[in-house]
Amino acid sequence: MKRRLFLKSAIAGSAVATAVSAGLLTPSMVFANSASFKDKSDKVSTLVVSAKEGLFKFKAPKIAENGEVVPMTVDASKIKDVTDISFYIKNNPMPLAASFNLSGAHGYVSTRVKMGKTSLVIALVTAGGITTSRTQEVKVTIGGCGG
Amino acid sequence: MASIKLKSKVRKGVISVKCLIKHPMETGLRKKKGKIVPVNYIENMVILHNGNKVVDADIGSSISRNPYFKFKVTGKKGDIIELKYKSNKGETGSATVKSK
Repeated sequence: MKRRLFLKSAIAGSAVATAVSAGLLTPSMVFANSASFKDKSDKVSTLVVSAKEGLFKFKAPKIAENGEVVPMTVDASKIKDVTDISFYIKNNPMPLAASFNLSGAHGYVSTRVKMGKTSLVIALVTAGGITTSRTQEVKVTIGGCGG
Repeated sequence: MASIKLKSKVRKGVISVKCLIKHPMETGLRKKKGKIVPVNYIENMVILHNGNKVVDADIGSSISRNPYFKFKVTGKKGDIIELKYKSNKGETGSATVKSK
């Protein structure tokens, strides 16, 4: 299972165009998660590819010593009518960490996530039906996703 | 049973809501003594501001153990902030706090 995962992610890394194949990883791995969340994760993985770079702030460490606890913040309080903020960790078994549906709250979310290994972290902000993203690589020295 | 720490503080008309939920957030991928630890994580969390839903979060197993969240909401002193969550096992929890 692990070798397969590794091969698949290696392919995903080699070509940007096939980045979506990270989404292909999910079916075998997400048995643990509920179906609706899985659907959402698949949807977000397509959004990740199409989204343009956003004008919000995304704070995450460049190097995370402990993958169990990686703090990250999205500050889009300058953007009006933010409806959704999501955190997407490409190399995690379950790439979508969380999706926050905001109605009335400011475009600001801060949380802590688990990361299995070094990965690109993508923050997605949806405002007025348009999704924009920001990407940052977080290097992990000790993984936090079990195994 | 999980305990929740919920704080809300007002500054210049903005309430910052901080919450820390004690929860193991098991992914179902981790092994302990050769046995897979069963999945147990918070699936959904809602923040209510004076009874109105302001945040509805769908949470995955990738969020850290003892999850921490911070949000910002427009409001004033004395506003009531309420948190509710549901785990994949059907466990629920809630906490209420008055903004300071």
